[in-house]
Amino acid sequence: MSILLDRDTKVIVQGITGKMARFHTQDMLKYGTKVVGGVVPGKGGETVEGVPVFDTVEEAVTKTGAEASLVFVPPPFAADGIMEAADAGIQYCVCITDGIPAQDMIRVKRYMYRYPKDRRMILTGPNCAGTISPGKAMLGIMPGHIYLQGNVGIVGRSGTLGYEAAAQLKERGIGVSTSVGIGGDPINGSSFRDILERFEQDDDTHVIALIGEIGGPQEAEAADYIRDHITKPVVAYVAGLTAPKGRTMGHAGAIISAFGESASEKVEILSAAGVTVAENPAVIGETIAKVMEAA
Amino acid sequence: MDIHEYQAKEVLANFGVAVPDGALAYSPEQATYRARELGGERWVVKAQIHAGGRGKAGGVKVCASDAEIQEATEGMFGQKMVTHQTGPEGKGIYRVYVEAAVPIDREIYLGFVLDRSSQRVMIVASAEGGMEIEEISENKPESIVRAIVEPAVGLREFQCRQIAFKLGIEAALVQQMVRTLQGCYRAFTELDATMVEINPLVVTTDSRVIALDAKMTFDDNALFRHPHVAELRDKSQEDPRESRAADRGLSYVGLDGNIGCIVNGAGLAMATMDTIKLAGGEPANFLDIGGGATPERVAKAFRLVLSDKNVQAILVNIFAGINRCDWVAEGVVQAMKEVGVEVPVVVRLAGTNVEAGQKILAQSGLPIIRAATLNEAAERAVGAWRNDLAQGTKLGVAS
Repeated sequence: MSILLDRDTKVIVQGITGKMARFHTQDMLKYGTKVVGGVVPGKGGETVEGVPVFDTVEEAVTKTGAEASLVFVPPPFAADGIMEAADAGIQYCVCITDGIPAQDMIRVKRYMYRYPKDRRMILTGPNCAGTISPGKAMLGIMPGHIYLQGNVGIVGRSGTLGYEAAAQLKERGIGVSTSVGIGGDPINGSSFRDILERFEQDDDTHVIALIGEIGGPQEAEAADYIRDHITKPVVAYVAGLTAPKGRTMGHAGAIISAFGESASEKVEILSAAGVTVAENPAVIGETIAKVMEAA
Repeated sequence: MDIHEYQAKEVLANFGVAVPDGALAYSPEQATYRARELGGERWVVKAQIHAGGRGKAGGVKVCASDAEIQEATEGMFGQKMVTHQTGPEGKGIYRVYVEAAVPIDREIYLGFVLDRSSQRVMIVASAEGGMEIEEISENKPESIVRAIVEPAVGLREFQCRQIAFKLGIEAALVQQMVRTLQGCYRAFTELDATMVEINPLVVTTDSRVIALDAKMTFDDNALFRHPHVAELRDKSQEDPRESRAADRGLSYVGLDGNIGCIVNGAGLAMATMDTIKLAGGEPANFLDIGGGATPERVAKAFRLVLSDKNVQAILVNIFAGINRCDWVAEGVVQAMKEVGVEVPVVVRLAGTNVEAGQKILAQSGLPIIRAATLNEAAERAVGAWRNDLAQGTKLGVAS
């Protein structure tokens, strides 16, 4: 097994007619992802990369049985697109869009809570690279070829830093069960904690890699959860050791504004919870390899 | 995006928050004229900069005559004000706000923030106003009152009353507090703010609740739907390199070191800075050039990084996912030829088509130092910078 996304997951792409969305739809199909349709209001009836386009997510779900959605909708309309997916019965949604207003995300989260937990959509992102279960399917914009199939679960905020980790693992012949990007925004769909919970229950995941950065409480919350509930070894890296306080470092959420939000504080909190911390981004793969040998 | 105090007050007043009478001045003469227009016997002149801590730095002065206003504002206009929030370079004072002084009975702290734990808007208040919130949470943490707003129904009156009573506001003034709190919340949500801070909110001796200071920060991602807010931007308060970068769609933060960084992806950019530090160097900047690293984009990045005169070496770190290393390498070569780079340049490429990319760099004839891993790149960049220092030369050496 893997988490969130598997070989048979039926996927639709919201905003499929855009240039980026087309490109990545093609890439996902090549990787073996079951992309069964796309949604663009007013473009129902067209086809993109051989898959049918529908006017609404509801119609796409009814006609294709889609379970997952990838949102490429531009920032002003992305929140609406995510809510549409939640309402149409999509179970898992990845939002790639960067630049969604934070208060739109507050509304999205509130809206998702109107559904009972067993029917509530899982959202990862926005502002992320997506999710990949190597060798099975990918739902995002990552280069699939840098991931080997295996037993390390990766969860991280940054896209390229996640690639760096996956590539370092591949060099050592170590594979990945699922890699999940939770995105760089201050208000996001799933937290580290949410994804850790899934990795703990996944038989294919033997070791978990958490790639965090400055800003926000989610690494510290993850540390609490790891200490109390995670039995698998966890390796972490936290980016932004040299980041100054009070400045936004690219990601809207990467800003140190309170106690416990700097990289060194997060490293300390994670270490205290029993996490093995890679001090340097260049040794993430090496650190994971050592932990796997010891396990 | 930050705005000035006088602008924040104008915004909040439109949502029913009471503020003192005041007027803006661009010169000492205008300041005295404004004071006379406002009337009364005592005025407060306040330097308008995008930073807190003005009081301690001499940016807020109480005056009782034309002469005093003239003197106080002459000491402000054109000066760089350094507070604990501005950094050592300070911020320029080009506008001064003149207000009628208000008789203060007590000071309250009031803040609205995006709380990332609850993923909702949180109100933070304290009866110990006048101090910075950091000081309050350190010295008087028990005085802090918090409330979280349910987004579906907004800020309820009972919550406002609860806050008011916890702050020890007398019953007769509670309705004014409710009005203030709801006004701030509406301004926060309707204009997509990420922070509203009133410190202090005062109760006057004649029983009025007034925002004596105001600070607002807006969500850059939402400015597209608030053109009136976007117009309040004051570029004189921004780091010119950062504004230039923002105008070019690059994400840049200037730092104090001397190794310039050009990276794709925010996380990898931070990680690259960290690696430089661990290798014994200091990064000069954070720079994320984003996904599509076209030659034009890379050239812009080089120009931007080199506009910082402290930069003595450049590290380019690209993990090509959607990109291809050969395209990025072309970009680096073109940019270096166009821009005329005189400091050592270390390039680390990884990902798609990495061999083709390395070949382009090797065959360019340019003194590019290549590295295979992140560690190696950082070590070589720091090494090249040290070498240059030792040789007293500015030219890089090819590996």
